[in-house]
Amino acid sequence: MDFTLKIWRQEDANAQGSMKEYKVTDISAETSFLEMLDVLNQNLIEKGEDVISFDNDCREGVCGTCSLYINGEAHGPKKLVTTCQLYMRSFKDGQTIYVEPFRANSFPVVKDLVVDRSAFERIQQAGGYVSFNAGGAPDANAIPIAKEDAADAFDAAECIGCGACVATCKNSSAMLFVSAKVSQFAYLPQGRVEATERVLNMVNQMDNEGFGNCTNTGACEVECPKGISLENIARLNREFLKANVVPK
Amino acid sequence: MTTLNSKIPEGPIAQQWENYKAHTNLVNPSNRRKLDIIIIGSGLAGAAAAATLGEAGYNVKVFYFQDSPRRAHSIAAQGGINASRNYQNDNDSDYRLFYDTVKGGDYRGREENVYRLAQLSGNIIDQCVAQGVPFAREYGGTLANRSFGGAQVSRTFYASGATGQQLLLGAYSSMNRQIKAGKVKTYNRHEMLDVVIVDGKARGIIARDLVTGKIERFGAHAVVVASGGYGNVFYLSTNAMNCNATASWKIYKKGAYFANPCYAQIHPTCIPVSGEHQSKLTLMSESLRNDGRIWVPKNIEDVKAIREGKLKPTEIAEENRDYYLERRYPAFGNLVPRDVASRAAKERCDAGYGVNKAGFAVYLDLEDAIKRLGKDVVKERYGNLFDMYENITGDNPYVTPMMIYPASHYTMGGTWVDYETMTTISGLYSIGEANFSDHGANRLGASSLMQCLCDGYFVLPATISNYLNEDIHTGPIATDTADFDKAEADVTGLIDKLFAIKGSKSVDYFHKKLGKVMWDKVGLSRNEKNLKEAIEEIKVIREDFWKDVRVTGKSNQFNNELEKAIRVADFLELGELMAIDALNRKESCGAHYREESVELDGPQKGEAKRNDKDFTYVAAWEYMGEGKEPKLHKEELTFNAIELKQRNYK
Ligand SMILES: Cc1cc2nc3c(=O)[nH]c(=O)nc-3n(C[C@H](O)[C@H](O)[C@H](O)COP(=O)(O)OP(=O)(O)OC[C@H]3O[C@@H](n4cnc5c(N)ncnc54)[C@H](O)[C@@H]3O)c2cc1C
Ligand code: SF4
Repeated sequence: MDFTLKIWRQEDANAQGSMKEYKVTDISAETSFLEMLDVLNQNLIEKGEDVISFDNDCREGVCGTCSLYINGEAHGPKKLVTTCQLYMRSFKDGQTIYVEPFRANSFPVVKDLVVDRSAFERIQQAGGYVSFNAGGAPDANAIPIAKEDAADAFDAAECIGCGACVATCKNSSAMLFVSAKVSQFAYLPQGRVEATERVLNMVNQMDNEGFGNCTNTGACEVECPKGISLENIARLNREFLKANVVPK
Repeated sequence: MTTLNSKIPEGPIAQQWENYKAHTNLVNPSNRRKLDIIIIGSGLAGAAAAATLGEAGYNVKVFYFQDSPRRAHSIAAQGGINASRNYQNDNDSDYRLFYDTVKGGDYRGREENVYRLAQLSGNIIDQCVAQGVPFAREYGGTLANRSFGGAQVSRTFYASGATGQQLLLGAYSSMNRQIKAGKVKTYNRHEMLDVVIVDGKARGIIARDLVTGKIERFGAHAVVVASGGYGNVFYLSTNAMNCNATASWKIYKKGAYFANPCYAQIHPTCIPVSGEHQSKLTLMSESLRNDGRIWVPKNIEDVKAIREGKLKPTEIAEENRDYYLERRYPAFGNLVPRDVASRAAKERCDAGYGVNKAGFAVYLDLEDAIKRLGKDVVKERYGNLFDMYENITGDNPYVTPMMIYPASHYTMGGTWVDYETMTTISGLYSIGEANFSDHGANRLGASSLMQCLCDGYFVLPATISNYLNEDIHTGPIATDTADFDKAEADVTGLIDKLFAIKGSKSVDYFHKKLGKVMWDKVGLSRNEKNLKEAIEEIKVIREDFWKDVRVTGKSNQFNNELEKAIRVADFLELGELMAIDALNRKESCGAHYREESVELDGPQKGEAKRNDKDFTYVAAWEYMGEGKEPKLHKEELTFNAIELKQRNYK
């Protein structure tokens, strides 16, 4: 297969960026999207040009590192997969493909397609944990947890922190991401103890980081590679309301 | 010369850890805040250690090359984590987990470490549950278990097929709490490129800021390497793309011995290579072997028809299938340890029975399980793995068996450490997959997560005070000294040298070439001739690399090519040490299979043959300088709590 690629190039955070055109030829359908970019980069090296920077690591869809906006969609056209799990068979031979970074004010570009998502870190640090020191934990089976609750907590905990939800949202809202963490703990007895503080601190930090408001368009859920459900946002809202009425 | 003192505590094996803790030197809480610790790595081992040392009151700095600690390679672990909780009431115990791990490692691990690991395994699960890790549960609300290779009990805890992710997020959350508390500081997108030794002690590191390219100095009273394994030396592996050996290699060159480098695990169940473009191989979790059956056709005509697309595997009748693991190992069947399963797959494919076009694949079939348990149960257990498989290959495993083949996965070898996880350099520790660890010559499934968390949550936090107690009056470590100057100049010199080559071939070109030599000659099956050739070939590739590599971009910016070049330069040296070690070990043990050392007759005929008389030791290699032969040190292994026996899974 042959493709025309229009790729965002930007020297560093302060530089002006622009779309540049490249061609790749003879790509097999079994090649992953990132492997196709590897091929392109090898071609660039042969010509002595600077390679296209893009973030990636596990290439198994779970580390959340890859973050490409492909033909106007976060992680490309295929649903429920990350960019690294996208294969060229999802494209048509001869197609023109636009590749951009995940864009949001809170995710400044580092170089080319690489962005800085450290805002997510600070939200997690604000409350995404159970306060508990290593050692001295009670027997793991001491607190039974209903199978469905554990499964629901797991579904929320599957968020990989990629930021596709933010990149997709017209307001650059981080609600889906934050709600996933809040929900995971809300389903579990271990998490209930600090539920009030957690939701207030995390939401507060989210606002400080400059993420936009959620206006319930549901676009995030559609593009989320892990199928994190909008119900989590509803739950976050309930937790947030509850936290605000409970006197501290 | 450093002598290898593994510092095993006094007393019977079951009491050693308690004895150790009762007698070790402590640092009182008010002194801990005067002490700085650097940790390289934010995977399970590094994050767990950072959180726990932060909780204890030390000042911790954590370095990792990803943008977030949560993206460390540990995130990708799928299947589960072992613990001897005996929740399933199937006669499990600390002793049995210990026994299985030593036996699984083919009696090449240090038994005292393994015993401690088994004893602490239950606490890990308690700790993770307390953090809110959503392990799978039974209807009654208790924790669920599955079984894994090399064990006859069900002791593996799991969170669907994303156990590593959930455990790492647990450790990450605890670390985040300490970041908020000001006890842990993280340095993302930073790569450690050397350790700084002052008066024989590890006192800091040199790191490159991967965004600005700036070379920076950091001082600390102790340095902990938790940088993971070196499976990517094979180029294609199940490891994340950026996993590398640089941290472990740099400390080797500064005097930390490297132990058993040739013990590299080839995992039996990975998606086979599909073409030239391939950048990595995807693991299909070992947990699938619980319910899956591995086979190839019995008749070579069927193999041909399958390769030509004229026959489907589902059309082959039961009696025409060769379930070769069940045939050869009736007691363990599909659950034999990884090394055994991998070699058996290679044996069938080498004999011509491989089922994909290239002839390098066998079937992993869940049809019986779907019939027995129903599609829903299978989906609940393995749904995300099936989806992943279908997404990559385009085949639906609910309908047709998966195709799998062995791939490089995990490295048992690593930096030599004593019982306290200290290397041969004072104040320098190595934990997690980076050390030579507890897995002997072969790691059992679900035992790495256990070891990483055990090292991070329990072992290192309990042992590091024995060293740091001498530093309570030292004061902060200055970095404006000659030792730091020299280390920094070495790093800058290395980078300049790489850019100056301006050759014609990419870094990947050399990495692929090295990987091919490693796979063909230092892989699943090794012999003297091939190993000697490999050593020569690697030297040639290395020389070529230093003459002809082309590193594009600049040093003062984000530059993945430069990062890769530094890592591949180290792999090109490590690969040679692996071959040297493999050549030295003239026995077959665990993942290390020497064709010259097999059972010639008896019931074990054709199986790997260990040589306990000559090789019951850990091979710890000392760096002697560029171009010089490394020096071998032996840590003799003694087994008191367990009888040294030939492994038998028949
Ligand atoms: C696909 C897959 C599935 C697996 N499944 C299982 C399983 O089910 N059960 C099990 O027990 N084990 C499993 N394993 C093995 C297990 O995941 C690993 O052995 C384990 O996670 C290693 O953890 P670690 O903390 O030692 O290192 P890693 O998680 O590899 O972390 C290394 C850290 O070091 C940092 N680092 C490395 N070098 C440098 C440097 N020079 N400078 C700065 N930072 C550096 C990295 O940024 C990273 O943060 C699996 C492995 C793979 C590949
Ligand atoms: S909620 Fe979904 S899209 Fe958003 S960060 Fe998590 S996994 Fe990515």
